[in-house]
Amino acid sequence: MTEHDHHHHHDDHSELSETELRVRALETILTEKGYVDPAALDAIIQAYETKIGPHNGARVVAKAWSDPAFKQALLADASKAVSTLGHVSRTGDHLVAVENTPERHNMVVCTLCSCYPWEMLGLPPVWYKASPYRSRAVKDPRGVLSDFGVSLPKDTEIRVWDSTAETRFLVLPMRPKGTEGWSEEQLAELVTRDSMIGTGFPKTPESPS
Amino acid sequence: MNGVHDMGGMDGFGKVEPEANEPTFHEKWEGRVMAMVRAMGAAGAFNIDMSRFYREALPPHIYLASSYYRKWLLGLEDNLVDKGFVTASELETGHAQAPAKSLKRGKFDLEAVERVMTRGSFERTSQSTAKFKIGDRVRTKNIHPATHTRLPRYTRGHAGVVERILGCQVFPDSAAMELGENPQWLYNVVFDGAELWGPEADPTVKISIDAFEPYLELAA
Repeated sequence: MTEHDHHHHHDDHSELSETELRVRALETILTEKGYVDPAALDAIIQAYETKIGPHNGARVVAKAWSDPAFKQALLADASKAVSTLGHVSRTGDHLVAVENTPERHNMVVCTLCSCYPWEMLGLPPVWYKASPYRSRAVKDPRGVLSDFGVSLPKDTEIRVWDSTAETRFLVLPMRPKGTEGWSEEQLAELVTRDSMIGTGFPKTPESPS
Repeated sequence: MNGVHDMGGMDGFGKVEPEANEPTFHEKWEGRVMAMVRAMGAAGAFNIDMSRFYREALPPHIYLASSYYRKWLLGLEDNLVDKGFVTASELETGHAQAPAKSLKRGKFDLEAVERVMTRGSFERTSQSTAKFKIGDRVRTKNIHPATHTRLPRYTRGHAGVVERILGCQVFPDSAAMELGENPQWLYNVVFDGAELWGPEADPTVKISIDAFEPYLELAA
C-alpha cells in the first residue's frame, strides 16, 4: 500500500493505515514477549477516557474559590493541599498552583515537549502539543490569547510558565462575579480546562456554556 | 540537543487552532501507543527523560510532519530497539523472534496499572546546599549539549531572577543518557520579556523556566 492509498479510508476498518499496522505489530510483539498484558493497556486507556480529566482540576479550583484556608494552602503547596482531597490525590509531588489576579494573568506552556498536569486536567489537547502554541506562547502570549478569543487589559502583566522540568502548573483563575453563595459543585461547573491552562476564562452565570 | 523540538520563540507555525469538544483520542491506535509508552516505562524499560530524548532525536522533517502520538510511536520503537527489548526484525515481521529481555520491574500487568496512575516523585536527597537563593540574579549558561537537556535555546545566556527553589531533583541531562539520576537543585527563574526578545518586546510579559543548577551562574 502506498502513502496515497490509505489515508482516505478512516471509516473502512478492513483497511488499516501504515501507522495502525505498526502499532498493532508493536503491541503483538510486546505481548508475545511477555512485557505487557493488553488488558492492562486497556485499563490505562479507560482511566484517561473516563476518570481523569479537567473535572479533577475544576474541583480543586472551586474549593479554592470557596475556602480561603484551602486556597492559601493550595498556593503555598499545591501537591500537599490537593492530596487532602480524597479521590484527586494522585498528583505527585510537583504541582504548583498560580493565581490570576486583576493585575496578573498566568499562562502555561511546554516549549520542549508537552508537559501538562495530567492528573488535574487529563491528557492535553492537540493544540497544546502542537508547534503553533509551543513556539509562540513564550514570545507573543497576547497574540496566542487572541487566537482563543481572549483579550486582556493592556497593562495586565502576563506571566508565562514554561514547564521545562517536572513541575506541573495549574492556573487558579479568578472567581466569576455573580457567584456569591454558590456551592462548590455549582462553581466547578464554571471552571473550564482552558481557564486552568491560562488560555481562557471560566464560564460566568450570564454565559454558562 | 539543538533540535526542532526546542521551538520556543520560532515563527511561522501559524495560528493556534483549538478544537471544540475534542475527544481524548482521535484514533484508537493513539490510546494504544500512549498506554504502551506508559506501561514499558513503568515496567522499567526506560525512564521519562529517555523517552523524551528519543522523540527529540527523530529527524527534524519527521518530527514536524508527524502527529503527536505518531512521534510517540516512532520514539518508542527506536527506544525499545536500542535498549534491546525488541529487534528491528521483529518490528518488520510483527512477531516476537528473539528471547525477551528481563524488565526491571517485571511484566506490566493489571496490578501495575495503579502505579502508572500515581505520579512519581523526582525529588532526591541533596548532597550539597543550594547554590542560589530566592531573589538572586542568575544567568543561564551559553551551553549547547548535543544530548538531552531541558534548558531551552531561547533562554540561554540570559539573566533572570530566582523566584522559587523547587528542591533537589533527578537531572534529566544525565538520566536521559543512562548516566544515573545525578540529582541537582532546581529553581524557577523568571525573565523579563525584553531580556529574551529585545527592546521591542511587550513590557507586560514575563517568562519563567525551571532551571537546574548546572544551567546557571550568578549574574554579574
